[in-house]
Amino acid sequence: MIYIGLFITYIFINNFILTQFLGLCPFIGVSKNSESAIGMGMAVTFVMGIASIITYLVYHFLLLPLNLTYLQTLSFILVIASLVQFVEMVIQKNSPSLYQALGIFLPLITTNCAVLGIALINITEGYNLMQSFTAGLAAGIGFTLALVLMSNIRERLDLHPVRKAFRGVPIAFISGGLMALAFMAFDKSLLTNLLG
Amino acid sequence: MNILFAFLVIAALALVLGFALAVAAKKFAVEKDVTAEQILAILPGANCGACGFPGCSGYADALSKGTAENGLCSPGGAKTSKAVSEILGTGGAVETEKMVAFVHCRGNHEVTAQDYEYRGISDCNAAHLLFKGDSSCKFGCHHLGSCIEVCPVEAIYRDEKDNIMVDPEKCIGCKKCTLVCPTQVIKMIPYRGSHAVACNNHDKGAVVRKICSVGCIACKICERKFPESGCTVSDNLSSVDYAKETAQIADAAAACPTKCIVTAK
Repeated sequence: MIYIGLFITYIFINNFILTQFLGLCPFIGVSKNSESAIGMGMAVTFVMGIASIITYLVYHFLLLPLNLTYLQTLSFILVIASLVQFVEMVIQKNSPSLYQALGIFLPLITTNCAVLGIALINITEGYNLMQSFTAGLAAGIGFTLALVLMSNIRERLDLHPVRKAFRGVPIAFISGGLMALAFMAFDKSLLTNLLG
Repeated sequence: MNILFAFLVIAALALVLGFALAVAAKKFAVEKDVTAEQILAILPGANCGACGFPGCSGYADALSKGTAENGLCSPGGAKTSKAVSEILGTGGAVETEKMVAFVHCRGNHEVTAQDYEYRGISDCNAAHLLFKGDSSCKFGCHHLGSCIEVCPVEAIYRDEKDNIMVDPEKCIGCKKCTLVCPTQVIKMIPYRGSHAVACNNHDKGAVVRKICSVGCIACKICERKFPESGCTVSDNLSSVDYAKETAQIADAAAACPTKCIVTAK
């Protein structure tokens, strides 16, 4: 039951982009077409899931026993940066077109605060290994959901007459803001109603 | 003591991750296409799209794979195609004639009649949606300068008479302006051409005479009196055949009653 709760929490209630406002850079940058949005979402979900596991292990089996918890930010960034490098290699090898479409935003997952965010949240919430992984996965799916919804909206916007001053990024920001408002409807009471 | 631990832990972590990455880099190594990179280095890098591929890197890839013909790069011209064929080992350069854009219209609000006054956004295609533009001539230039905006090398400018002109020295022949122009009044002509017929109107002479004082009225003086000039009239519009063009075209230009044969330089 707790895992379903975690999924609902990180996809809807605490959606990283639309409620916590983490990782906004790719939200605007890669949401121009849905194909690259899905690719970016997949890459971030993968990184978040694996990063949750590895940072959990690093924290509980390395930093905690040695009393070095103040090093968590530094070591987490190290882990995430290497992971992103790894993902970049895999994507470049297996899907050059996706690699081109993601462009600069792929290495920028390194500095995506959503990934570091889930790693730190896992620690502060005191999740165990499986819960951390679930939370990471759910947060990634939430990220993908926001990205895909946004890219569909922007594809539609391209076909509509928008005033010159609002064309491009400004209208994207406004639509993003309205989406965030809509996501405010999901709150903790949803969870209590669903799961008792 | 604690600081030493901290140092060791971070160093060990970095070492392990670095080693893992090095292994992964070997395993997932992508062989780079050396030929494509060499070709990319000698292409002009304007990413203008004249070759029909997405940017210079797309054309370089296609060339190295042999799926594209050499000599499609109009900004680079003969020099680039020669260098490309050296890399590909296919021998001599592909002879391509340098083509430049030319606006085949010298009409403006003073010499051409207007149907209405256009006050919409400054975009030729937008103006074209309203009765094919404000000018009475539906074949000519709208003078709103959409071509100026798309030109990657700023070769298109507006002269003091509000006519849109192309500087043949700056033009790289990417054809972007010919694609954006709603009336297709911008056409490509050879760079060596000395004159061009600055009119695009296919209406009968009497109609043209009513709406524009510098339009081609298809009087055929250029074709009949100056057969060596290369001018031929078809579908009520004179045009220059650049394969046959001789110096006589200057006389034809002088004799043209509406002075619509102009120098291309």
